[in-house]
Amino acid sequence: MDVVKTETHPVRGSEDVVLVRQAVRARAVELGFSLVDQTKIVTAASELARNTVIYGGGGTVTIDAVTLGSRRGLRLTFLDEGPGIKDVEQAMKDGFTTGGGLGLGLSGAKRLSNDFELVSTVGQGTRVTITRWR
Amino acid sequence: MERIPILKMGEFLLVTVQVDMHDRLATTLQDDLTERIVKARAKGVLIDISSLEVIDSFIGRMLGNIAAMSRILDAQTVVVGMRPAVAITLVELGLSLPGVRTALNVERGMDLLRAALAGAPGAPADNGLDGRRQD
Repeated sequence: MDVVKTETHPVRGSEDVVLVRQAVRARAVELGFSLVDQTKIVTAASELARNTVIYGGGGTVTIDAVTLGSRRGLRLTFLDEGPGIKDVEQAMKDGFTTGGGLGLGLSGAKRLSNDFELVSTVGQGTRVTITRWR
Repeated sequence: MERIPILKMGEFLLVTVQVDMHDRLATTLQDDLTERIVKARAKGVLIDISSLEVIDSFIGRMLGNIAAMSRILDAQTVVVGMRPAVAITLVELGLSLPGVRTALNVERGMDLLRAALAGAPGAPADNGLDGRRQD
């Protein structure tokens, strides 16, 4: 996978979640994503950005325009140095939440992406990477 | 403080969301609407989301909360104008907005509210208990 373009944004508060949505939308439009695909990746980004703020205590998102052979896609990496996730399997379940939300953030973001990877170490932080291909 | 305006039209409240809402703004709208329903003695709430390009689980939850709270306060809520791409994404996200009435556009939404008001059991007749309707 080659990275064509990359940018990193802070994800610290609820205003940043809006900025992340806008930045991801702009890159998805540049890559020629259909409206539905734009909406899916922006929505997934919104869920993950909120998780970074609420559970990770803030962090960053890196937005990469990537290519794999002839395919073009958008890869988002959300990184925080928060408390980490104790039970990843449980956290991925629909409806599970420790934060009073609907518990759809992680599972929903996964459904809205083509590739999904979650790496979390308790006490060190969490990294969630999603990719959506055009 | 930044706020989403709420307009009163007869017995209904109208809200048009035209900005990409951050979470606090959405929560403020929820609180403001609940208060206005009581103050304005509103019988219906129409929320136009045709400008919204994204609805994530937070905003989806807010819409569900508004519908539930207004129901408890004896008002109906209709959400109108959802974009097709948003609808597709919401369902895939796992959110089907249970309990939220929707209509394609403002006109149909108003029709729904009026019909609900006219057809509500015992509605037009003032039973003297709630004191909300003056006619």
